[in-house]
Amino acid sequence: MANSYYDPADLRKFGKITEWSEEIGNKFFDYYGKVFEEGALSAREKSLIALAVAHVVKCPYCIDAYTKDGLQRGITKEEMMEAVHAGAAIESGATLVHGVQMMNKYNKLSM
Amino acid sequence: MGLATNNKQFKKMAESILPQIKKAAKKSLKARDGELASINRQLDILNGGIFADGELPYFKDKIAEIGHHPLRPKKLEILQINVGYMCNQVCEHCHVDAGPDRKEIMTRETMELCLEVIRNTGAHTLDLTGGAPEMNPDFRWFVEEASKAGIQDFIVRSNLTIIRANKKYYDLPEFFKKHNVHVVSSMPHYTRGKTDKQRGDGVFDKSIKALQELNAVGYGMPGSDLRLDLVYNPSGAFLPGDQMAMERDFKKALDEDFGIQFHNLFAITNLPISRFLDYLVASGNYEDYMYALVEAYNPAAVANVMCTNTISVSWDGWLYDCDFNQMLDLKVASKVKHLKDYNEDILNDRNIVISQHCYGCTAGAGSSCQGTVA
Repeated sequence: MANSYYDPADLRKFGKITEWSEEIGNKFFDYYGKVFEEGALSAREKSLIALAVAHVVKCPYCIDAYTKDGLQRGITKEEMMEAVHAGAAIESGATLVHGVQMMNKYNKLSM
Repeated sequence: MGLATNNKQFKKMAESILPQIKKAAKKSLKARDGELASINRQLDILNGGIFADGELPYFKDKIAEIGHHPLRPKKLEILQINVGYMCNQVCEHCHVDAGPDRKEIMTRETMELCLEVIRNTGAHTLDLTGGAPEMNPDFRWFVEEASKAGIQDFIVRSNLTIIRANKKYYDLPEFFKKHNVHVVSSMPHYTRGKTDKQRGDGVFDKSIKALQELNAVGYGMPGSDLRLDLVYNPSGAFLPGDQMAMERDFKKALDEDFGIQFHNLFAITNLPISRFLDYLVASGNYEDYMYALVEAYNPAAVANVMCTNTISVSWDGWLYDCDFNQMLDLKVASKVKHLKDYNEDILNDRNIVISQHCYGCTAGAGSSCQGTVA
């Protein structure tokens, strides 16, 4: 066993999860592949969405994977950072909008 | 375990090389006596490590699975001649390790041998490369003579900045036009930052100016017979994206920002040799890059890899299966190894020399000097 929870080399082994549960593993990868194909959104746009979400869910594997994917697609670092901010803004907005709940509760409890 | 050991080895090697790279980025590996200037050291890396451990399969075993080992040539279509390693740029990824300090330049005598072959070959395409081919003092003479041979497609691989490097090169667009040369030029990105990072400060602005000048004489314009194609190769340890998508992005950006037109974009994979291998090892990306190449292996690309229709000629007249083998000094496995003994029939009856760098040409949609192959 490795002595840290995350090992960058584990990313290339991702496909191996099918070895312990083939059918649903394969279904996941089929779905995953389909999702990122060109569609109503371009594969390039989806790559940036994936990068933003990767940061929000704080997945180091996904950040490595979609930074590289972005480079391969010619996405600039400015575009990548803006995508990360879009994710971060939603994440902090999600925290802050709970402030309304706090305010409501405060008002209800106060005379 | 194997992986851990290798990582340690590579890290150690990286530490020893990195300061040199930082210090001497304006020089070729050869001039700075870099460890990887040694061809044997490069082949050791490509044949050892993760391949010797069995972590990744050897290229020969991979192509044997689909009955392509030994790899054999098809009809010869392209003669690619490297007229010298001297260049006005020192690009970080250059597989030729070209630069201003390289003195290997094709002589007129060797050019005469080339011309003899060009006049008699069955190949339909002549492809001049370098270095910056224009820096060879006999370049113009050679182009004039070669264009008389009536070859169908006459390519010169021009790095663009050479056109703006010195007054004596300013008329190159007109010169190319006069001899109906097909211009193929490198352009790593449509933004200044990424281009200059890979190729050096100021390369982007000079390249844009050169492209505008080529457009001005008719090169690259829609419907024009004066062909202008661009070559894109990744500026780092990643593979090129979809060639058509990249072409669309390049066309849009270059047209909107600079009014530049071109015909096609060739997306070329960086092969792990020479300066690019040096970078991969020093930056700790070597293993991941090889994994990425092997994972992206596409059997459909094998049948059309460029070594099956190309012969590469070095500045001193030796013959190779491709420009990459030339840089690794892996000469053709044939009785005919040099221009002076040239015989197309004997030469075409040979096994192509391969190693693990060949995965670079079979990854994804495949890669060749003419772009994707699958």
